[in-house]
Order: sequence, then structure tokens, then C-alpha cells
Amino acid sequence: MPMDVMTGNSAQAYGAKLARAEVVAAYPITPQTTVVEKLADLVASGEMKTQYIKVESEHSAMAACIAASATGARAYTATAAHGLALMHEMLIWAAGSRLPIVMGNINRAMAPPWSVWADYQDSIAERDTGWMQFYCQSSQEVLDTVIQAYRVAENHDILIPAMVMEDAFYLSHTFEPVDVPPQKDVDDFLPPYDPPIKLDVDNPVGLWALVPPDHYMEFRFKIAKAMEDSRKVIQEVDEEWEKKFGRSHGGLVERYRMEDADAAIIAAGTMSSTARVAIDNMRDKGKKVGLARLRVFRPFPFEEIRQIAKEVDSIGVLDRSYTFGHGGAFYTETAGALYRAPERPHVKNYVIGIGGRDIPPKDIEEILEKVLTKEDGGEVEWFGVRTSGSKEVN
Amino acid sequence: MGKLTIPQEELMSSGHIGCLGCGATLAMRYLLKALGKRTMVTIPAGCIAIMSGIYPRSFLKVPLLDVAFETTAASASGIRAALDAKGIKDVYVVGFGGDGGTADIGIQALSGTAERGDNIIYVMYDNEAYMNTGIQRSGATPFGAWTTTTPVGTTGYFKKRPKKNMVEIMVAHDIPYAATASVAYPEDFVKKVQKAKDMDGTKFFHVFSPCPTGWRYSPEMTIQIGVLAFQTTVFPMYEVVNGVYRVTKKPAKRKPVTDYIKLQGRFKHLDDETIDIIQKNVDRNWEMLLAKAEFTKKFAE
Repeated sequence: MPMDVMTGNSAQAYGAKLARAEVVAAYPITPQTTVVEKLADLVASGEMKTQYIKVESEHSAMAACIAASATGARAYTATAAHGLALMHEMLIWAAGSRLPIVMGNINRAMAPPWSVWADYQDSIAERDTGWMQFYCQSSQEVLDTVIQAYRVAENHDILIPAMVMEDAFYLSHTFEPVDVPPQKDVDDFLPPYDPPIKLDVDNPVGLWALVPPDHYMEFRFKIAKAMEDSRKVIQEVDEEWEKKFGRSHGGLVERYRMEDADAAIIAAGTMSSTARVAIDNMRDKGKKVGLARLRVFRPFPFEEIRQIAKEVDSIGVLDRSYTFGHGGAFYTETAGALYRAPERPHVKNYVIGIGGRDIPPKDIEEILEKVLTKEDGGEVEWFGVRTSGSKEVN
Repeated sequence: MGKLTIPQEELMSSGHIGCLGCGATLAMRYLLKALGKRTMVTIPAGCIAIMSGIYPRSFLKVPLLDVAFETTAASASGIRAALDAKGIKDVYVVGFGGDGGTADIGIQALSGTAERGDNIIYVMYDNEAYMNTGIQRSGATPFGAWTTTTPVGTTGYFKKRPKKNMVEIMVAHDIPYAATASVAYPEDFVKKVQKAKDMDGTKFFHVFSPCPTGWRYSPEMTIQIGVLAFQTTVFPMYEVVNGVYRVTKKPAKRKPVTDYIKLQGRFKHLDDETIDIIQKNVDRNWEMLLAKAEFTKKFAE
């Protein structure tokens, strides 16, 4: 099969093109810039038919996407870090409006101090906005997930927006082989957006007016329900994708060498690729370790996590972000999911790779050793942090 | 008897929940009469978002999208882009925001829309303060005014800076059409909208919308206040077409600003000296406007 070679950011742009995004509104920010540039090239060459609004801020990017989507158009944008944070209000607006917008987010650490390198503080901070969150590990997964995300989001039982994450530079600017599916096949997989309600002069409606306490709670409940229901749809869409295109990305949680594992780590994004190397090395030494890759963080795959808890004695959760006050979000959510599990393994949080710090295989091997031995001590360790005191925060 | 030039069709329902004597509701009503029903409207937070009715009601017979406070223009751009993507060309897209939502929090998005030249109509209904939240000063509150955040007190803590000139700001974006209008002169407003609506690009209207609640006058005086704002040239009526200024309506004889000021409780603390400052500013602005009209005449196409 002939493959293209492209970065994660090009894969975002080709994903939007193949999805036939009708409106793109975007603002440049490192390390997302090559997404907006590639989209501009695709429009300039006539390969992509889209209304491309070069807005003056990310806030306006999301506002324009919301209005375009409410008018019945398939809308796409991409951002990173501070751009995502600036959008915060509009992220809530998009989800509250039940609009299936898809957005690429190139995970980048938040300032100050300034950093342009990878961590998940930006998207984790948007956990509660009502967006689905996909974390990708390869350019291929980025391209496929943009298309899959529209399919999930536009399902009339779901109608909530989705973020497709890539790690800054590790994925955004790294060239990898990518199979770009034929447009016709993508069209078969993803029919045109057919909104149940939209702005239409022939059928005028007023959207998002003031709602008194009599009704507001029901609006929120419906979002909660749609997010819960999206688990099944995400799984089904990935399975259908596999049937059509011959590759799956693991649905919500991708398992690696989990058969007969004594210990597992939970991780996301590109560090999962590194973890696979570390796990292979450990397995070569007879150590039974495996990986559960969180592909989807919202909705949280609590069933899959509970299943893993049944299978292993010890879990290490690797967080590339921190929720100041108590642990990384992957850890606290995992621990929360396990509270109702019939059997609870040993669980510990390793905060790692903050601000793009490199995560070599030997670091993950070291963590896997700690997980295997059910290392005691605190709940949360900042792995590799340079400090004269304890690396454990609680 | 003169001929009525304002279209009869009502696209805004009665029974909205605006205050008695609200100027902003008239601005919406006349705007829609001028544009007709193939129009989509987006509105930010503000009086208009509340007046439009509480869910599940709407006061417009055209599609209406409520959006976040600072996003009116970006939202209008998004609607236009979607219509363009669908090949729908015969629909007007309107952003309709208050002075706070336009001159303050929404100015960045509006500047972006105007700079890109997106084909929308933007209307700023100007009631000269954040009225929906309870009369706090905005960038469009005039010099001298009392508001709840310029409460005068015992130290003369009223607004000390003139209002932001939004038409000038929009003209600086090289847009095809910018104009003032007033709810006291609906025929002039409707005529301007009809003149501009099919121009390609961003069209801007600054609509003077007196507010009895915030300006502290009796609700039946809204039109009278609007007329006096025009007659004193506190709020002159003009348009700027591709940079060329034209005063669309001149008072036969300019009245002193006291005629306008004395009717409103928000100015009652002003002494003669301060009113004199206001008069001098109004005189200067009026003369500058006439000079601009004279100077730019030669650039008319």
C-alpha cells in the first residue's frame, strides 16, 4: 500500500479536508501553526473547498465555529495551550449548544514560565467543558480520529464536540508514514452533517435564550447523558473504521501486552509508544508488565479501567499534567473509577514529562519496576524532578 | 400628508420584556423592517438578550442566535461563512449588540470582522452604559454622566472622559458603510439600512437608543430625548460611504446642550462650568464633522 509521509499536524489538516469541513476558523499558535498553514495551502490549491475565516483570536475562532455549526455547516479549528485556554468560555458554549465541532489541540505546557513543549495541562484544564477528548499517539491516528470524531459527534444521540489531541513536537512536527484513505471511502463512512435543528430563514428558531431554573438542569442532564452514551458510539465507530480501513485505534483504551500481566501502566499520547519499547525490554527479562493507553479521557473509560484492575496487582498512572491540590487527572480519575471495583490493586501516580521533558524508555522501565514491587510511600511522585527534598507530594 | 416609507411588516413581536420606553427595542424593530424576513440575527449578552424572551420564547420572526458577550461579530462571520458554504446568498446576517458589547468587550472581534471585510451588518444599539446589569459605565458613556460605577458621590466622581467614537473606529477599518442613526428618526434609519444592506463587506450602524431606566427620565420622553440629541448635535446624524462623510440631517438651528441635559437625571449633578465643557466639546465635534464632510467630498465616487 503506498503511504504518504507527514507530520501529526499535516494529518490534522488532511483529516479536516477528508471530513469535508465546510467552515474553518483558526488562529495561529505554536505548535499548531503548521495545521493552519497546511489548511491554507489546501484551500489555495483548490484541493479543499471550505470557507476559511482567519480570525483575530482563538476566542473568535471558536465563536465563529459555533455560529457556523449552528447554521448547519461542518466546522473545524485547531489550537494549543493558551489558545485553548482563551477559548474556555466558548468551549462550554459549544458543548452547551450541542454542536458537533471537531478541534485539533496540540498539547503544550502553559506559561508562565513560557514553554512551547508538550504536556497536557491545557486540555486537562478543559476536562469539564463537555467536550470529548481523544489523545493520539501517531499521525495515522490523528488523521483517522479527526474523521471518526465527526462521525461520533454528529450522531444525533450524541451531538457534543470533540478535541483531537497531539503531543507538541513529538507528534505535531514528526514525520511518519500515513495512509491517506480515498475521499470516496471517507465520504461513505462520514455522510454530510445533518443537524436536527439549525438557523434557517424558512423555519426560524431562537437558540440559547435565557433559561430559568425550571429547565436549565434538564439541558445539563442531557449533555451528561450524551457524554455517557458516547462511549458505545466511540467504540462502534472505531470498529466500523477497522472493518472499512483495516486498522483500529483501540476504541477508548488500547491494551498492549496485557495478557498475564502482573502490573500495568496507564498512559496516553506519544509516551505510550515509548512505553511499548520499555515493556518489550521488561518482558524480555521475564517481567510481566503491560500498558493500557488512554485514547479517550472524556468520556472516562471507567469500565475498561476496572477490567484492567481485575487483571493486575499493581497500576502506575503516568500523568503529563498536574491538578494542583491532589495528583494528576488520569490518576485521580483512575483511582475514582477503582473505588467501586470489586478488587482494587495497588495504584500510584507518576507525574512525568512536564513541559516537554524527555521520557526515555529507561525512565518508564524504572517506573515499571516500582509498579511491580508495589513501591510504598506517597501516592504521587514527580518522577525525575530535580529537588533537594522528596519527589513525593502526598 | 407625507408618504410612509417604513415597511409595514412586523418581524419583532410585541410582548417582549424590555422596559417601558426602551429605545433599543425600536432599533431592532426598524432594522428588521428595513431588512425583511430573509435575515438572521445574532445577539450577545445585554438588554436585548433578556428582552428577546425567556426560553422557549423568542421575540423575533427570523432566526436568532444568542452568543457570548464578546463574540457578536465573530458569530456573524461564522453564520455568513456557513451560508456561503451552503451557497445561500440572499440572506442578511446581522450582529446586534449594545454599546458595552460592541465598544468595549466585543471590539476585538468586531475589528477582526471589519478588517476581513466579512459581509455582515453590525448594529450597535447605544444606551450609553451597561444597562442590563444595572447602569454601569461603558466606553460609550458620555462625559459627565452618573452611572452606578461613576456615582458622583461627594467628590464629583462622574465620568471624566468622552465616549468612544465607534463610527470613527469603524471608518478606520476601510469598510464600505458606517453611519449613525437614531430611534427618534426611524425613516432616516430605515433608509440608511436599505442603502447599505446590499453593499459587499461589513456595514456598521451606531443607533442612538435612549434608556429611561438608566438615563433617569420618564419613559414617554424617549423620542423627545432622541430629537434633542439631534437638535443639539450631541448625537449628529451622518454616514460615511467608503470614507466619504455626509451629514444626512442637519438641525435648522442648533439648540444648547442644556436643553438635552436638563431632562435627564444622570446629568443633574453637573454645574454650569461642566455643562460649558460639554457644550464646547459638542461644538468642536460638530465643526469637525462638517469639516470632514467638506474635505472628503472630493473623494466621492
